[in-house]
Amino acid sequence: MEKKSLNKFLISKKFDTFFNELTNVFRFLGLYFKETFTSPFEWKETVNQCFNVGYKSLSLVTLTGFIIGIVFTKQSRPSLSTFGASSWLPSLISIAIVRALAPLVTSLIAAGKVGSNIGAELGSMKVTEQIDAMEVSATNPFKFLVVTRITATTLMMPILVLYTGLMGMLGAFINIHQNELTSFTAFIKNAFSTISFLDIYSSLFKALCYGFTIGVAGCYQGYTAQNGTQGVGKAANATVVIAMFLIFIEEMLIVQVVNAIR
Amino acid sequence: MKPTETPVIELKNLKKSFGDLAVLEGIDLTLFKGENLAVLGKSGSGKSVLIKIISGLLKPDSGLVKVLGEEVNKITPKELQILRLKIGFSFQNSALYDSMTVRENLAFPLIRTRPEITKKEIDMAIDKVLEDVGLSNTINQMPSELSGGQKKRIGIARTVILNPEIMLYDEPTSGLDPITCLDINDLILQVQQEYQTTSIIITHDLTCAKMTANRVTMISEGKFLKTGSFEELFAMDNQDIRSFYNYNFTHEK
Ligand SMILES: Nc1ncnc2c1ncn2[C@@H]1O[C@H](COP(=O)(O)OP(=O)(O)OP(=O)(O)O)[C@@H](O)[C@H]1O
Ligand SMILES: [Mg+2]
Repeated sequence: MEKKSLNKFLISKKFDTFFNELTNVFRFLGLYFKETFTSPFEWKETVNQCFNVGYKSLSLVTLTGFIIGIVFTKQSRPSLSTFGASSWLPSLISIAIVRALAPLVTSLIAAGKVGSNIGAELGSMKVTEQIDAMEVSATNPFKFLVVTRITATTLMMPILVLYTGLMGMLGAFINIHQNELTSFTAFIKNAFSTISFLDIYSSLFKALCYGFTIGVAGCYQGYTAQNGTQGVGKAANATVVIAMFLIFIEEMLIVQVVNAIR
Repeated sequence: MKPTETPVIELKNLKKSFGDLAVLEGIDLTLFKGENLAVLGKSGSGKSVLIKIISGLLKPDSGLVKVLGEEVNKITPKELQILRLKIGFSFQNSALYDSMTVRENLAFPLIRTRPEITKKEIDMAIDKVLEDVGLSNTINQMPSELSGGQKKRIGIARTVILNPEIMLYDEPTSGLDPITCLDINDLILQVQQEYQTTSIIITHDLTCAKMTANRVTMISEGKFLKTGSFEELFAMDNQDIRSFYNYNFTHEK
């Protein structure tokens, strides 16, 4: 009888499961930091995963970065030329790309591509007992699967963001070169006249945060997947939704902080 | 084969429940070196849960779990990892790593547990174990390209490749044709005789139990009914045992 009443919900079922989940996420994070900084380290597998993350998103971010550069230039031109200021096009574009577009677009793509992949992969390993199998063959599955993936997404995201930014600038340059006949050196000079190191650092910092978010969301959802194959789909889906949502929240917070510093 | 004095696996009053569902309600077992125990029981009676507790994958609610003299649920994760090198676990659904070929699946436990092992030694171990399960031709295939029975055999191969002292087989012959069943039974016996392993074999297949085990038991309502030889168990006047026996030997055969 007494045991029954203990099982009753504190507030309501939804709230309770939400806070339960939140506690579990923090435990998961705690375990990540503990396992990341204690030996043995899975260097080889981490490098593998880094390669995986980069390789998987490369073609997609190349294309998107390039197209965003072109489209954004095209769309901004009319409003600038109304003021006869189309020579400022490169600096406008570079600010937009470096400060906002590159980190945001890259991480949203990575959330869809890499995040869902991690969620589905770990989810299916979980529900088919492959994670248990790893554990009984004396391998720490948390270290081998989770730590390597979260570390990989965190480290690779800044690189991908830089790369997307360069692709975007390339797209912008090609469009501006065709229309305004601006030379490469003039473009670079104008483009970099307005961005500061703070802009670049803050973008790289954002990238680290977003990469970490994607890794944690995917690994947590996958590692805690339940209920057979249905759970795998749910894990992949929840990863993308949660990662994207958190990325926007983080973007808002980081922008506030950076603007205060500026 | 005469059992030595210290038990390899010792369970005392082992209990485990999931929420309101009591699965194991007081399991006692003492298993000595070189013994093969077959565990029978209805689907959902907690057979898989039992061996997961023995290998430390699940924590019991209460009771003693002693494997090779160590209390599985009390030792540190590091110690548990070392203990696990001596325990082989063959999963009910094989649990092969999807993303790896058969060769990589078999090499994985070797590389992970013996970092100093050479490529040649790995190849030799893989060739031998694949020959034992009769699947040498699948070495470069992915698990998704194998049939259910082939997966099962590779799963067993992945377990025996480490020469563990204890083997836990979760339904090694379910879903296999009768001929392959016999091969697997032979393999289990061969492993036991070659390496003097102690095994727990979960099965629904009485032929398998009869062939491979020197003791047989049955889980019913969270407890072992009795452990004894095959004949002893089935001489018992118990409804569960009778129906199990009748089902196996009148419906299937
Ligand atoms: N991780 C878990 N969480 C909740 N319940 C579980 C868990 N694992 C097992 N159970 C429950 O415990 C009971 C026993 O499960 P178990 O897998 O041991 O059955 P089994 O005897 O192996 O059956 P089968 O012959 O079908 O494999 C089942 O009712 C199952 O629902
Ligand atoms: Mg089972």
